[in-house]
Amino acid sequence: MTTYFNEMFQDGRVRAPYAGLEGWTNDMPADRRLAKQAEAEALFRRIGITFAVYGEGGDPDRLIPFDMFPRVFTGAEWARLEKGIKQRARALNAFLVDVYGRGEIVRAGLIPARLVYQNEAYEQAVSGFTPPKGVYSHIVGVDIVRTGPTDFYVLEDNCRTPSGVSYMLESREMMMRMFPDLFRENRIEPVDNYPEKLRRTLASVAPLKCEKDPTVVILTPGHFNSAYYEHSFLADLMGVELVEGQDLFVDGAFVYMRTTQGPKRVDVIYRRIDDAFIDPLCFRPDSMLGVPGLMDVYRSGGVSICSAPGAGVADDKAVYTYVPEMVRFYLGEEPILKNVPTWKCAQNDDLKYVTENLAELVVKEVHGSGGYGMLVGPKSTKAEIEEFRARIMADPSNYIAQPTLALSTTPTFVEEGIAPRHVDLRPYCLVGERIELVPGGLTRVALREGSLVVNSSQGGGVKDTWVLAE
Amino acid sequence: MLSRTADNLYWIARYMERAETAARLLEVGARISLLPTVGGYRNDWDSLLRASGNATGYAAKYGAPAQAQIESYLFFDRDNPNSVASCLTSARESGRIVRTALTTQVWDALNTAFQELRQIESARGVQELSRLTDWVMRHTAMVRGAIDATLLRNDGYNFLNLGYYLERGDSTARLMDVKYYVLLPRADYVGSGLDNDQWSMLLRAMSAHRAFHWAYGGEITSAKIADFLILNPQCPRSLITCVAGMNNHIGRLAKHYGQTTPAQAAAARMLSELERLTADAIFDEGLHEFLSRFIRETAGLGGVIHDSYLSGDMH
Repeated sequence: MTTYFNEMFQDGRVRAPYAGLEGWTNDMPADRRLAKQAEAEALFRRIGITFAVYGEGGDPDRLIPFDMFPRVFTGAEWARLEKGIKQRARALNAFLVDVYGRGEIVRAGLIPARLVYQNEAYEQAVSGFTPPKGVYSHIVGVDIVRTGPTDFYVLEDNCRTPSGVSYMLESREMMMRMFPDLFRENRIEPVDNYPEKLRRTLASVAPLKCEKDPTVVILTPGHFNSAYYEHSFLADLMGVELVEGQDLFVDGAFVYMRTTQGPKRVDVIYRRIDDAFIDPLCFRPDSMLGVPGLMDVYRSGGVSICSAPGAGVADDKAVYTYVPEMVRFYLGEEPILKNVPTWKCAQNDDLKYVTENLAELVVKEVHGSGGYGMLVGPKSTKAEIEEFRARIMADPSNYIAQPTLALSTTPTFVEEGIAPRHVDLRPYCLVGERIELVPGGLTRVALREGSLVVNSSQGGGVKDTWVLAE
Repeated sequence: MLSRTADNLYWIARYMERAETAARLLEVGARISLLPTVGGYRNDWDSLLRASGNATGYAAKYGAPAQAQIESYLFFDRDNPNSVASCLTSARESGRIVRTALTTQVWDALNTAFQELRQIESARGVQELSRLTDWVMRHTAMVRGAIDATLLRNDGYNFLNLGYYLERGDSTARLMDVKYYVLLPRADYVGSGLDNDQWSMLLRAMSAHRAFHWAYGGEITSAKIADFLILNPQCPRSLITCVAGMNNHIGRLAKHYGQTTPAQAAAARMLSELERLTADAIFDEGLHEFLSRFIRETAGLGGVIHDSYLSGDMH
């Protein structure tokens, strides 16, 4: 029987960071809790913070479940996490500059060339080009799980356009609105300066040809996209235009947006569309979302694109296993955050081990995301395991496997009252001229009893994440 | 401001005003059908559809006019782009696209109308028509109020108002034209008691019944009505009020941007013609002819506004 680290209760006592919440929960009768929960849901729906799940039909304006019980870190715990996350963000960016440049890490034999240069996410189109300030990934979302008081593991890195930061901000907004007393009694670090920091980060990587205050825009695939709310939310808080591909056009060496006063030059594009759709002349010719000619302007230094095209090669699940090597190679430091031990099914020995131990392991597709296409061995039936085995054998290099981690739990409001549920954490590290991290992040919680899958598409919810001021 | 943003703001206003028009049409229709017959309600509903520009779409779907179907076509039908349901949904969708150009209050008003609409749709057939039309008026007023009370007076505000005035002028002209269609079969009804009943219903449908009496007093005559709904700048829905509103907001845009476009001249031209016009001149031209010409010219102005500001081309 696996034991899970409970972040609030340890040996029958309340751990320090949660001390301020003990009285709060004891004093909350069920009817008040239900009333508050209903109030939160109504508020979320009214402000329109909904998300759509592709391909599932049903309500297109689905709410992500919000759990009112906060997840808490002490200042000391956070300080260590922050160091580890920033270290990782620096190493990942150094890796990207390297593999689109001289490829030292490959020459040194630390990463197989095939894994880098034949990677789907490797963009030949930007080979030899170094973006402003040497930054490829300007927002690094690092998914972290906890298994003990001091044990943190990185599950995966998101170097392209990690989403969910609006939930971090709205969850906090909601908690402050509904439970102002909690914020008076506990000293909780604010997160609401994130949009301002993001804007500063983006402005700091303006292209060399930009001589004035840079014009920053967010490029969205449009209002049918499941994360559209977040795109418009961030644009609003940063005070920048939210544009679609049709609003931009290339003329000569620059990119312009169509405005009621004629064309206006754009210097920095925070894009929330995939590489493949950015520029139909360079990537997918059938893309209606991008801007023809954008890549030429980008490569000649007329506009900055964040994250830089090609950044995805650093967050591939197969490249992930080499991140600790990157930290040592580029920074000369020991990694502060641990990687989860990973077996690559592409290698025969690993494949053998994986297929013999499927019932114990979590198996994921190398390019999968959103909790789809994965097997959680201990939670699966024999038939499911056998079906998955066949899929692995058909294409071994498409899979990696990891031990089933004993994800920590935090108290969560459930129908019967309060019960432990498994959580993970996604902080958002900003990389520009400086590296910054707001004290907090998105805590996702698996609301189904016993479930280890926190993805919103699979019954996951979100919580407010507190970092206590020292 | 992005041209696409301006375009969406302009259309939010047009859709909201159009939803209101659909509701007003339903109210006029319902009231006319309660009167002693002038050839039966069938004709009256038919004229209503024709005046609102919905006749072809309706006939294609349902054939002969029948009250229940017309109600459903004008209120619920998603196949009808001018139905209340279509307009409120489109306005909210446009609002979602330009969420950043709206205040929380404006978004809230748009979104609440949409959420309630979904409840009404799921309980379809339960509510009385008059409740539904009241409900529409209430929500369009809330959106309008939120815009006036909370929105920054910037270019976006001007585009919203342009949409409102343009759509409202068009709708007043169309509602007045209902009268023409209703009376078409028997011109000798003009001036009879029945005629006056119909005019007064029209005023009611525009929430202008009492206002009219305050402004004119005495008997309701077609000349007074035409003066009130076309030429009186005190009437909030009169054609001249709407054109003056467009002229004002187009002028503010020119000032805001420090640049004039063909839209300014077009609006000024329409306004100065209305200012010189008299009720007699309108009846000489023929009310229906005048209204048709006004509807055409309004559409033309809409086109010029689009080319000048909303298409994103260089000017």
